[in-house]
Amino acid sequence: MNSATRIEQPESAAAAPDLTLDVERIRNDFPILKQTVHGKPLAYLDNAASAQKPQAVIDAISEAASTCYANIHRGVHRLSELSTSAHEAAREKARAFLNAASAKEIVFVRNATEGINLVASSFGGHVLHKDDEILITHMEHHSNIVPWQLLCEKTGARLVVAPVTDEGELDMLAFGDRITSRTRMIAVNHVSNALGTINPVKRIIGLAHAQAIPVLLDGAQAAPHMAIDVQDLDCDFYVFSGHKVFGPCVGVLYGKKDHLEAMPPYMGGGDMILSVSFEKTLFNDIPYKFEAGTPDILGAIGLGAALDYVQSIGLDRIAAREQDLLRYATETLSAIPGLKIVGTAAEKAAVVSFVIDGIHPHDIGTILDREGVAVRTGHHCTQPLMDRFNVPATARASMAFYNTHDEIGRLASAIQKTIRMFA
Amino acid sequence: MTTNKLDHLYETFEILDDWEERYRVIIDLGRHLPPMDEALKTEETKVRGCLSQVWMVTRVSDDDPVRYEIIADSDAHIVKGLIAILLMAYSGKTLDEIRSVDIDAVFEKLGLDQHLSPNRRNGFYSMVERIRTLSAVT
Repeated sequence: MNSATRIEQPESAAAAPDLTLDVERIRNDFPILKQTVHGKPLAYLDNAASAQKPQAVIDAISEAASTCYANIHRGVHRLSELSTSAHEAAREKARAFLNAASAKEIVFVRNATEGINLVASSFGGHVLHKDDEILITHMEHHSNIVPWQLLCEKTGARLVVAPVTDEGELDMLAFGDRITSRTRMIAVNHVSNALGTINPVKRIIGLAHAQAIPVLLDGAQAAPHMAIDVQDLDCDFYVFSGHKVFGPCVGVLYGKKDHLEAMPPYMGGGDMILSVSFEKTLFNDIPYKFEAGTPDILGAIGLGAALDYVQSIGLDRIAAREQDLLRYATETLSAIPGLKIVGTAAEKAAVVSFVIDGIHPHDIGTILDREGVAVRTGHHCTQPLMDRFNVPATARASMAFYNTHDEIGRLASAIQKTIRMFA
Repeated sequence: MTTNKLDHLYETFEILDDWEERYRVIIDLGRHLPPMDEALKTEETKVRGCLSQVWMVTRVSDDDPVRYEIIADSDAHIVKGLIAILLMAYSGKTLDEIRSVDIDAVFEKLGLDQHLSPNRRNGFYSMVERIRTLSAVT
């Protein structure tokens, strides 16, 4: 409630861009935020797992299903035309969101995980050979580890892991050392899901490209929080998940045109072909070559609406708002005796992972849930990282721009209650 | 005797209308769970879960060879408490008795049914599944 006023900046700061947000109005855009849980108002602090959907997204899906839904790309009838236009308009929105050079470089997938698997299998399978190396980091999500391990098993390539410091930052010296004459692929998360660390991806890409090594960025945790420009980054591949950007479960894979054109298809089926005969099948152009079968048409349309919504607020505003929430959460939680924040990088997204002496994260999550506070507890699909920090799991509060200081205050009170209950 | 313990717990929960008090009871039950020999906590006895770890061993009772004993532990306090409730329902019983336990009804009566939902993905849920499998195949 009062959080909107708290971040309001003085009118006199006219020179600086206006980065204030009307949080109360924004919260009204998200119907689910009005829910109560166990009789308490919901404080949804599990945005890194999946973000909530604004009415604009719900309406876009409902509207499309009610007025212009049919299968795309093959019907000549009116609904199919409308549906195809809406689907391709969503692709254009995803292109604009990432500032890709062409909509042909935007492949719709199920989620970021599928995007990485597609690149590992199709691109990796194409360029990697025995004893080649794939460089990742110790803070990757399992979805940016396992696809590469599968590829290593298939090709005889090796997975090389760059270490993470005690603060949860990438050790850039060690990272540089691990780039060798055998490195053929680098895959790094833009933002760590478990720690919130924002990685120096431009530096990484600079180092990699100096040796002509392609780079995939896992942007699942970056896309909801900051403006992304794949041309400026000059990354070879970028993936993100629609459901984390306030949309439905549709993922986006960006790939440089030359790469996508050289890559063999990932899956075979309808819509990815030009012509099929039992002797020879000709594949469709990019991006359709990678989109076998009927895609999640309504999901893509919903994603388009989500990206419009995020753009209408402005990623600069979102980033400023979330940095304020991060500062407040870090301050508030650090003041709790016995609580330790895991991941204290200088550059972080609005994620606070923590452990409490003598209380298992599962216990923390259970009590917080009773207080209406939704956080994630577990290893966050980053078991190697948990091992690195010597914890079985953490509790993680992850904020979105619609969260408030009041909700963070409730998180802190619920944590204090948890500590009292287990004392 | 085991049923009495459960009945006693039902009564306690009825008196306590505050969830916080009930969870305090669960935490306390966990604290009084008979300790599990560390040597029994192996990869084989570990029941995998995403959130917390559970170790479980079932064995035939020394006193009465038709009855089964369950020895279990967890690294999370609340899960230990839930294990204690599980033992009230299952431990020291014959396979027929184990089969006839309606564990969902027990947890529902205690208002703890959320802990039996598969999406909790914890070792505790897997433990219940394991007991169910054990009684089904044997």
